[in-house]
Amino acid sequence: MNSIQSEIRNFVADNFLFGEDPESLLNDDSFLETGIIDSTGVLELVAFIEDKYSVEVDDDELVPENLDSIDRLINFIESKLKELK
Amino acid sequence: MLLQSLLEQSAHNLPDKIALIVDQRRYTYLEIEQQSNRLARALLQRGLERGDRVAIHLDNTLEAVVSIFAVLKAGGVFVMVNPTTKIDKLTYVLNNCRARILIIPEKKRAIIVEHSDLLPHLKTAVSVGPATSPQETNELQMPRFESWELLQAEFAECMNPPATRTISIDLAALVYTSGSTGNPKGVMLTHLNMTSAARSITTYLMNEPEDIILNVLPLSFDYGLYQLLMAFRVGATLVLEKSFTYPHAVLQRIIDEQVTGFPLVPTMSAILLKMDLSKYDFSKLRYITNTGAALPTEHILTFRKRLPHVQIFSMYGLTECKRVSYLPLDQVDTRTGSVGIAMPDTEVFIVDDAGHRLPPEHVGELVVRGANVMKGYWEAPDRTAERLKPAEIPNEMYLYTGDLFRMDREGYLYFVGRRDDIIKSRGEKVSPKEVENVLFTHERISEAAVVGDPDPVLGQSIRAIVTLMPGQELTEKEVLAYCRKHLEDFMVPQKIEFRDELPKSPNGKVDKKQLTLP
Repeated sequence: MNSIQSEIRNFVADNFLFGEDPESLLNDDSFLETGIIDSTGVLELVAFIEDKYSVEVDDDELVPENLDSIDRLINFIESKLKELK
Repeated sequence: MLLQSLLEQSAHNLPDKIALIVDQRRYTYLEIEQQSNRLARALLQRGLERGDRVAIHLDNTLEAVVSIFAVLKAGGVFVMVNPTTKIDKLTYVLNNCRARILIIPEKKRAIIVEHSDLLPHLKTAVSVGPATSPQETNELQMPRFESWELLQAEFAECMNPPATRTISIDLAALVYTSGSTGNPKGVMLTHLNMTSAARSITTYLMNEPEDIILNVLPLSFDYGLYQLLMAFRVGATLVLEKSFTYPHAVLQRIIDEQVTGFPLVPTMSAILLKMDLSKYDFSKLRYITNTGAALPTEHILTFRKRLPHVQIFSMYGLTECKRVSYLPLDQVDTRTGSVGIAMPDTEVFIVDDAGHRLPPEHVGELVVRGANVMKGYWEAPDRTAERLKPAEIPNEMYLYTGDLFRMDREGYLYFVGRRDDIIKSRGEKVSPKEVENVLFTHERISEAAVVGDPDPVLGQSIRAIVTLMPGQELTEKEVLAYCRKHLEDFMVPQKIEFRDELPKSPNGKVDKKQLTLP
C-alpha cells in the first residue's frame, strides 16, 4: 500500500466508518453509493486533503470523479501534487 | 381528486414530455404511468387490499417514483423510509404500520432475511436491482422475495391502470416524523390533504409545465416528496439527484438541465454561499425555496445580492400539514426575517396557552386550518390529541403546531421558537429523546442528554452529554460509532461531551437549559 493510500484509508476509517471494519471498504467503492459521506463530510475530506498535502481544491473540483472513492482520491491528490512540481 | 391523478392527468395531456431525469436517464410521463400501472397490477395480484401499507425504502431513483404511484393506483398507502434508516428503526416502522409489502434495494435483502422473524406482518418484499447472492426460493419463507424486473415483466402487456378503489378522503401516505417522546409517529395524510397542499404550493410558486425542478432532498423527506408531486401536478420536469454531497456536481446539473426551480434547506444554502457562484451560469434559474428551518436573514440578503434575478421563497411548514406559509416576493427585501403569510386556501392564527386568539404582536402558538391538515398520528390517539384540537365549527379540527410565533399587524409571521426540545438539524427534525434512547442502550453509558447548539451550517448541531457507568471508559469516537450504527445520518451527534454528572432540576429531571448555557 502506498503512503497516500494508507493515509486516506485511515482518515476515512477514522472519520466516516465509525468502527465498521475498514477492510470492508474497497478502494473503488463509491462513497455516495455506500452512503458513508454526506455534503458536510465532503467538506471535512477536502479540508483534510488541503491541509495534509498542502494543495488547494477549487469548488469545481468538488465532483465525484475526483473524490468519490479511495482510488479516485489517490489519483486526484497525485495529480494535484504533480501540478505543484 | 386522488393523488395518483397528478401523474395520470399529465400522462394524458403530455404523454411524451420528459417527466423525470434520474441516473442520467430520461423518462416520459407515459413511461412512468405505464410502469406504475404494471407494478400496481402486480401488487394487487400479490393480495394488496385497499388501505394496506407499502413501505418504500429506496434512494431517489426511478423505482421510488414508480413505487409511490403504483401503491396509490393499487389502493394502498405508501410509507417512505429514509434510505439511511437502520434496521431497528425500519423494523419499528414496518411493525407500527403493519406494512404488508416492502420495496428495497437488492443490497438490503440479506438484512431483511436476517430479521424476518421480527416482521410478522410483512408478506412480500420486492427487491430492486440485479441479484447479488444466489437466491434460494423457499415457498414457506416470509416475506416472499420478488424481483422488480419480474414484477414489471409479469404485466408487460398492461398499459392501463387497475380499477380505482379509493376516494379522496382515504389515506394516501403515512409520513414518519420524529416526536418529543422518542419513537417516530406516522402522520396520516389523505389524498385530499396532499393534493390540496400540492395545489396551494404550486399556486404561489407559479409553477408551470416549462419548469425544471432539481431535487436533491430524499423523497422520504416530505419537502423532497412534494417536489415530485408538484412537478407532476403541473406537467413540469423533475431532475432527481441522490444528495447534495458534491455541490459542484449538483450546480453543474442546474446548468446542464437548465433548471428553473431549486429547493434548499438552510444547510445547503450555507454551503452554496461559501462557493463562488459567479462561475456558474444560473440565468435560467427562476426561483429557490427554503424550508425545514428559517433561512438566516444574512443568507437571503446574500442570495439577493449574488443572484439578483432569482426569486427567493422563504417558507415554513411541518409534516402534519406539509406547508403553512410563504413570504410573497414583494416582501423579501422589507420583511426579510418573516416566513410570510398563510399559503392559498389555508388560515393561521396565534393562540395563548388557553387556546384564545391573540392580537397582533403577541407571542403564542401557531394554529393552522386547511384541507392540508393531517388526519392524526397513526394509531396514537393521545399524541394526536396534543396536536389536533376541536375548532369552533363542530367536527373540525385545528392543527396546533407546537411552534411559537408572532404575527405583525399585516398578518406576517415571525418564528420565535419551539415549545418542546426538538432539534432542527439540516432542516430535519431530530428528537433528542430518540438519540438519548440509543445512547441509553450502550452498556457503558449511565446517563445521556441531547441538546441542540446553534450552528451556521446545520442550523442546529447535535451535542450529546453522557456520564459513564462507574469504572468504565469510552472515547468520543466509540460513542459516535455506536450512534452511527443505530441512527439515521442526520441524527448522529456532531459532538460527544463526557461529564461526571448531569445537572438536575429540583424534581430530578435533567436540566437541559443549563446544558445549553454558553
